[in-house]
Amino acid sequence: MAKRSAPEVNAGSMADIAFLLLIFFLVTTTIETDSGLNRKLPPIEPPDEDVIIKEKNIFQLQVNRNNQLFLKTGGDEKVIEIKDLRQAAVDFLDNGGGTGDDACRRCQGKKNPRSSDNFDKAIISLQNDRQTKYNVYIAVQNEIIAAYNQLRNREFEREYPQLSMSFVEAEKKYNDPRTPASEKENLKEKLEKIKLIVPQKFSEAEPKKSN
Amino acid sequence: MGKFNKKKGGDLPAISTASLPDIVFMLLFFFMVATVMRQNTLNIENRLPAADQIEKLDKKDLVMYIYAGKPSSRFQSQYGTEARIQLNDKFADVSDIAAFINAERAAKREELIPFLTTALKVDSDANMGLISDIKQELRKVNALKINYTTRKGDALADLNR
Repeated sequence: MAKRSAPEVNAGSMADIAFLLLIFFLVTTTIETDSGLNRKLPPIEPPDEDVIIKEKNIFQLQVNRNNQLFLKTGGDEKVIEIKDLRQAAVDFLDNGGGTGDDACRRCQGKKNPRSSDNFDKAIISLQNDRQTKYNVYIAVQNEIIAAYNQLRNREFEREYPQLSMSFVEAEKKYNDPRTPASEKENLKEKLEKIKLIVPQKFSEAEPKKSN
Repeated sequence: MGKFNKKKGGDLPAISTASLPDIVFMLLFFFMVATVMRQNTLNIENRLPAADQIEKLDKKDLVMYIYAGKPSSRFQSQYGTEARIQLNDKFADVSDIAAFINAERAAKREELIPFLTTALKVDSDANMGLISDIKQELRKVNALKINYTTRKGDALADLNR
């Protein structure tokens, strides 16, 4: 029998095959991370004692089934547009109407005695209807977080002017895995301090049923 | 001095393409490793609302996803058009959430459980009744860290669309 050598396989099309696969994976790749509004739910056990809150320290928001916003604060009740909500919330939080022990050194607001005492006392409360649309709820949440962030940025820049960054930027840097551990430690302390100065006191009531 | 007059130029030598497959394979492996295939097939419409005060949700292994929205058109004859919850690949009821969270927790190492976040991927048009039912269930199983997943954008402009 004649000895035959195995014919050589032509590898010229290998590149084409590889390109085909490459293009498939290029198209299907998503290197994106999700992002959104982080919130914490209250634990289900009710607190042991009832806390007494002065009415002037509550910024009471209601969203009805027609996605309209109703605001009750400082003895004032009105329908409000979502675009005006951020400023209204900042004005409420920053009011600083407290006297004596409740006085607010950092507040720069109008010091209206019928509005909130200080950052620590001021509470924003939100109640929805079951028919409220989700995107309206998210917009309201977004504006409230924006109001807190605005004040936290201000206090952060005032407290640590040498860092020349805002609270939001600092928090972003803190959450970035590329930031070295030593810097993280340093930032964490500062962030915690600002979070204590301007705490997010936000409460959500159970939605109302409407027929 | 013909010795030094070497003829220069002439035909350029062809560039060898033998290493081209190697280069392409290298790229291929990179993208194969970096690719994240969608974990869940969505049976619902899921147009997320927009917000701009957002934080990134990294550490994907510590996130549990709950989807909600109107069933997509091919499921509407079966499930109607009212917004529904989707867990993993199936439609679910509010009462299934507790079991889902417990199953997800069982799959994680014990020391990571306090860091688990629940991402709510909810369609813009869903109503809050469903969301608050979900939140109530999450409170019952003590899964308190939540994230309302949104797109990045202007929340107010998104409302007026």
